[in-house]
Amino acid sequence: MQKQLLSGNEAIAQGAWEAGVAVGAGYPGTPSTETLENLVRKDNVYCEWAPNEKVALEVGIGAMMGGVRSLVTMKHVGVNVAADPFMSVANTGVNAGLVILAADDPSCYSSQNEQDSRHYAAFARIPCLDPSDSQEAYEFTRRAFDISEEFDAPVMLHETMRIAHTKTMAEVEGVRTEVAPRDYTTQIPKYVMMPAMAVGRTAATNEREDRLLAFADETDLNRIEMRDPSIGVVVAGALYNHVREALPEASVLKLGLTWPLPAGKLAEFAASVDKLYVVEEACTYFETRVRALGIPVATPPKGRLPRSGEIMPMHIRTAFGIAEPVHIAPAEGLPPRPPAFCVGCPHRLVYCELRRMKAIVTGDIGCYTLGAVAPYRAVDSVIDMGASLSMAHGMELAGTSERTKRPVVGVIGDSTFAHSGITSLLGTVYNGGVGTLCILDNRTTAMTGTQGNPVNGVKLAEQMAGKSPLDEPSGKPLDLVKLCEAIGVDEVIQVDSQNLKDIRAALKTAIGHKDLLSVIIFKSPCRLIDRSRKPMPVIRDCRRCGTCIQIGCPALGKDETGFAVIDPNQCIGCGQCVQSCPFGCIQKEG
Amino acid sequence: MAHAIATNESATVNVGQRVELDQTKTVLLVGVGGQGTILAGNVLAMTASAAGLDVKVSEIHGMSQRGGSVSTIIRMGEKVDTMVCDPGCADVVVAFEAIEALRAQQFLKDGGKLFVNDETIIPVPVNIGTARMPENVGGKLDAVGAVKIDAGRIAREAGSPRSTNVVLVGALSTALPFTVEEWEDAIRRRVPPKTIEANLVAFARGREAAGA
Repeated sequence: MQKQLLSGNEAIAQGAWEAGVAVGAGYPGTPSTETLENLVRKDNVYCEWAPNEKVALEVGIGAMMGGVRSLVTMKHVGVNVAADPFMSVANTGVNAGLVILAADDPSCYSSQNEQDSRHYAAFARIPCLDPSDSQEAYEFTRRAFDISEEFDAPVMLHETMRIAHTKTMAEVEGVRTEVAPRDYTTQIPKYVMMPAMAVGRTAATNEREDRLLAFADETDLNRIEMRDPSIGVVVAGALYNHVREALPEASVLKLGLTWPLPAGKLAEFAASVDKLYVVEEACTYFETRVRALGIPVATPPKGRLPRSGEIMPMHIRTAFGIAEPVHIAPAEGLPPRPPAFCVGCPHRLVYCELRRMKAIVTGDIGCYTLGAVAPYRAVDSVIDMGASLSMAHGMELAGTSERTKRPVVGVIGDSTFAHSGITSLLGTVYNGGVGTLCILDNRTTAMTGTQGNPVNGVKLAEQMAGKSPLDEPSGKPLDLVKLCEAIGVDEVIQVDSQNLKDIRAALKTAIGHKDLLSVIIFKSPCRLIDRSRKPMPVIRDCRRCGTCIQIGCPALGKDETGFAVIDPNQCIGCGQCVQSCPFGCIQKEG
Repeated sequence: MAHAIATNESATVNVGQRVELDQTKTVLLVGVGGQGTILAGNVLAMTASAAGLDVKVSEIHGMSQRGGSVSTIIRMGEKVDTMVCDPGCADVVVAFEAIEALRAQQFLKDGGKLFVNDETIIPVPVNIGTARMPENVGGKLDAVGAVKIDAGRIAREAGSPRSTNVVLVGALSTALPFTVEEWEDAIRRRVPPKTIEANLVAFARGREAAGA
């Protein structure tokens, strides 16, 4: 046994590896990303980034059907993308074990919603395991593969950001048990989900649900901890730790299996406590299900817990009337410090120009979502991966551009384009749509930590070996120009996104071509993968117009008299401010 | 096929029971994305776990790393429950930047210790004119009993400007019951091999600056 300080994601990778997982697939997404990045570094397991979560799950389904244990990882909104194969594989069941990691993000630290992915497990009627720390993340992952094979079901492994990104002590065996591939035989009634067979599988799923209900009451994944019987709390995941902190005397039914719920154990627990409460965040997953079993759920004495955002121990204390610790009042009047485009970010000048043009921008998911905040405020919508392009087409159909006299521009990143944008673009071409679409190709999946993707051609194992997308590609980087031309886009323009004049000219050209579908590929590497620096520019005779400041560079500020100043510690000499000064007062050195 | 072994060696700990804490200790590290709070948190966590304590380290990744406010929570004790830190619960707050120190002041426990890197990074909203810097930051820090450490200057003078975070680890070390050797051992295991000596100097200077 080895005792290690592991994050939840590291522990899941360790558990999967020890369980003999042979194939891992996923799409990067906070807070799930590090799971595959850790697993790929281990021996005897193959891992890859898929273009999106649906593809990842289908790869995993193929691998488990072909006989080997598979792990598929995604963030919560990725489960939406993978929902189609997810719902069907729940009915086919498995050959070898299939575990699907769904990583939720209550409080939206890096997400567009707070959905609770366990609803999918309940919807699909597959077992859901919910670890409370890295020790459990490790153990539950190993058990998830066994449960998958025992019950002929894919298993959802559910975690939240606080599990994924909290390091806790975990004792791991450190030894992999090799699992021989299972025999493959053609089983048409099991795996071919055409109507007659699919209905047959529903019967199998019904029978499986009965077995799982019995399992839920027997398994030690769910445990009753009796302490003071006046308060009984039903809780799972990270919140178990908060309940122990805030209500150390409370009795607890700790659920490690969160679908199906253990009806018998819940009734037993309810009968042994005076009042039964549930503690859960950003959802009513437990509350509605416990009530549906006919078990009353009490409201905490001082009122309900918050229904959005993470629940902290202080929320639990407050709801149960326990005094807050004495503390200094929060400081007032502090400037916020939201995330911002990095110094030298290749997205910055594109948004400056879109702002200047007063474009209606249908945006997308990635670092470039930050174009929605000051000083740009140049993004009108962010819905889901790929929506920028299809929504721009929808706005065109609505005649919005003519009515508002503002150009409609769809803006998407390279990895997001590969994820879901290609089909959106195809739909616009197919239906004869026109307009202006921009692909911000910064050569990496930047938001989640510069992962490889189909556009830069860097595979997961290469990424973890330190290969940069700027090195000579060994894989098959996607040629975006050729792809757009092949799909049938009328006009494809490729531009250096560090060159403001070229950005302006390309957008002007594309928007001027009202009868054409134009795609502009803005290409320049993310500053997280290109760390090169040039000399800091020099400001002379600043006229205090403030134009340069409004490009939103973290290295640019004003002194007390309003003159623009550059922070030498932050400046990398990218030259964006040089191009933005209308009077030529900022000049490159030398 | 032989059983392969895969472990994260830097995270493997020698389980001892040398340090005893009668209560769980909470340390909150706050700063601006890119300042090295995560490495500092790792050094503390490795020090505490090598001393035989239960440890939990909660980090924020993702969008907030893009120059936004970041925080790492480290809790250690015989048995640690929650991994988060509520207002009034931090025994020690180490702020890598002055505004972030004020933003985190309510997390300090009554009688807790606040170390602050005496440096201000202007947030983008201030530069672009949608927010203002507070007046008298130094006075506000004094009012909450902050111990100011000129970590950037100390690191530069020690010849390793990128070790500002380890200077602050040095300051932090004066408020926790681990030996200098235990801290140094963790630093050796965590930082790039070529930078070990420079970081050990930065650590020592940080201790001196905090009055050790």
